[in-house]
Order: sequence, then C-alpha cells, then structure tokens
Amino acid sequence: MRTAAAVLRKDLRLELRTREAVPAMALFALTTFVIFHFGLDRRSLEGELAAGVLWVTLLFAAMLGVNRLFVAEREQGGFDAFLLAPVDRTAMFAAKAAGLFAYLCAVELVAIPAFVVLLLGPGPGAAFPELLLVLVLANAGVAVVGTLAGALAIQTRARDLIAPLVALPLLVPVVIASARATAPLLAEAGAGAFPAKWPLILALYDVVFGLLAYAVFDYLLED
Amino acid sequence: MSALELRGLGRAYGERVALREVSLTLEEGRTLVVFGPNGAGKSTLLRILGTLLRPHAGEVRVLGDELPGDAWRVRGRVGFLGHDPLLYRDLSARENLRYFARLYGARETRVDALLGELDVLGRADEPLRTLSRGTVQRIAVCRAVLHEPDLLLLDEPTANLDPAAAELVAPLLARGTRVVASHDPERGLHDADVVLGLRGGRAEIAAPAAQVDVADVRRLYG
Repeated sequence: MRTAAAVLRKDLRLELRTREAVPAMALFALTTFVIFHFGLDRRSLEGELAAGVLWVTLLFAAMLGVNRLFVAEREQGGFDAFLLAPVDRTAMFAAKAAGLFAYLCAVELVAIPAFVVLLLGPGPGAAFPELLLVLVLANAGVAVVGTLAGALAIQTRARDLIAPLVALPLLVPVVIASARATAPLLAEAGAGAFPAKWPLILALYDVVFGLLAYAVFDYLLED
Repeated sequence: MSALELRGLGRAYGERVALREVSLTLEEGRTLVVFGPNGAGKSTLLRILGTLLRPHAGEVRVLGDELPGDAWRVRGRVGFLGHDPLLYRDLSARENLRYFARLYGARETRVDALLGELDVLGRADEPLRTLSRGTVQRIAVCRAVLHEPDLLLLDEPTANLDPAAAELVAPLLARGTRVVASHDPERGLHDADVVLGLRGGRAEIAAPAAQVDVADVRRLYG
C-alpha cells in the first residue's frame, strides 16, 4: 500500500508538472462534443443517443490517457528502477489504475458540463447521484482494463496502436452497461427509472477484471 | 563466501546470442571488472546480475541466492548504475531520491546527506532536465547507493563525469562487492581483483587481475 501510494504520488506530481495526459483527454472530449453538435445537426440529444455519444467520447478520450500511462516508466527507466526495488510489483498496477481513475474523474469535471451545454436537452438534474454512480463504476472498469492494456502495449514498438486495439474490445461491456444505465437518466421527459441491473453488471466487471489484472500484471513486467 | 557464482551462463535475444558459457566466482568484498568491446555482453551480464533479465542457460547465484528463482531476495541488496540514470527528468533530484528511498525502504535523511556529499545540494530542487549530464550522473550515483547495497553493478560509472566529479563519486562506489563494466584497461586493472574479458558473448579472459596485463585486455578490442 505504501509503495502504491509512493508511485501514485510520483505520477500525479509528474502529470501536474508536464500536463501531458489530462488536458489532452479533456480537449479531445470537448472537441468531439463540438463535432457531434454540428455533425448531428440537432438542437439537442436525449435518451439512448445522448448516452451513446457521452460514453463513446469518454472511452476514446480515456485511450489518450492509457497511451501516456507508462511512457515515463519506459522512456526514463522507471520500470528498471522499480523492478530493482524489493517491492510487490502489483503496487505499480494499483498506482497506475488509481492514477488513470483520477485522470478520468478530472476530465469528466470538464466534459460532463460541456456535454450538458453543447448536446443535452435537459440536464440530468435530480438524477445526478445515479449518473455519478455510473461514472465511478465505469471509470473503475476503464482504469483497470486500460492499465492492463497500457502495460502490455508499452513493451511493444507500436504501443500507441496496441493499447486501444487491446483495450477497446475488452471495454465494450463497460460501454454497453454504462450507456444502458445512463439512457433513462438523460431522457427528454426527465429522469426515467434507473435500472439497477446495469450498475451491478459494471461492479461485477470491475471486480472480475480487477482480480484478473492483479493475477497477470506481474508477468507483464517480466523479461 | 562467494558473492557471485556463474556456471555456463548463457543469454540470447531472439536468434542473437549475447552471452555464452560464462563461468566465474567472485568472493565477497572483491571487485570484478568486465572488459569488452561494444556488444560483447557486458550490459547484459550486469542486467542479469541485477535481476532485470533472466538467464537462459547455466546457473547464477548472486549473494548466495539463485537466479531467477530467488530474485526477490536479491532485489534491494543490489545497487545498479547503468547507461541510463533511471531518474525522472521532470522531477528534481530531491523528489527522485525521496521516491526511490520509499521504494527501497531507505532512510529519507540519507537523501540530503548524499546530495551534499556529491555537491549537488544547491541544485536539489531543480528538474533534472535542466541539469547537465554530469550532474544527473552524480544524482544517479546517489540513487544506486541510497539503500546501502551489498553488491554494486556499475556500467562505466564515470563515463559522463569530469575528473573532479569522478573523484567525488569514487568513495561512494568503492564499497562492498562490485561488478564494474569498463573500457579503460589501466584504470580497470588497477581497480580489479578479478577480470572478465568478453568478446562476442564469450569469456576470453576470466582470471585474477594479477594474472592479466593491459595487452591482454587491449587484444579484446583488436
């Protein structure tokens, strides 16, 4: 836990100093919403279409963060220095996943209001707590799978290509569950009934992939 | 007790053999100097001893523990100084060393003590990307010895240092058991207790330093 906290603190400090991941992710999300705003040629979106636009945009923005996640470790020797240390290697997985989760939350602080202003008819209003729950569960899933894909991709020469190719198919269930859970919250006539099934599926996904990543991450760092 | 025991060590990168049939023993507290032209296998040997690479053939014991099986016991007892400083360019010297002190379980009070010893305390809060290669190399030396390792693995440790800086780091790097990769026959033989001369991954020299002269080492580069 102490090791993971040290790695996470170091990563957050590097991101605050270099601003390589979060601003790019946020800018990507904003630009995509603007493109949808003009491309769809509709005054506002609602329901399933709004949910689909929101989650696909957030997922692609997340890929930018996934691609940057291990770059400092690979290019500046952080992997070697970490591997020489007498620490549990899964601490790096925990720190990187927590870091990506924090990046996603930071991006959503900008992206969700922009989505409401640019594309959404009525705001989520009273359904905001449910939306927050879905965001947290989906972010956790994206962070776990994205970290795993990022660690796999960083060992290859075509890492910018490999990370999305590995992560996106694995994240299809997250998009489906998140979009289905969010669609009633973004309905034009006000928030519909919140389907409890989809958040549960998201939570199950997070647990399963969290355990899987914990089991295999050590081998991804091996020579 | 032997600090290093290699028997028939081999390592390949795909089809290319980097090390083959390397055998030697090094007692605790002694210095092994490894000579050889570029691509001879010196860095590969250091990375295997540091548990960063797995041996593909033969037996390797480091500080009494067999690799790769007991690698976890070796980690933390080894100080590694390679061609790359293994430091984050956007963090300062102090931030880097505090981070590694936490990873290695070293006392954080040692950070400032080492920076002071190597005369970089005045620039301890500047990002490394603004410092010269020589200064970064001095900070990398601090990283390698921060946790007071039993075995130092040094790949041309003074390559980026001017003579004054090389003299400054020398006492920190002259402790315990050492494996030093070098291209300087005179200096290397002066420091060595045991010499390993590699060419094309093969051990052409593996003998006590007293039995090796400069001409033997120069022949490796011929």
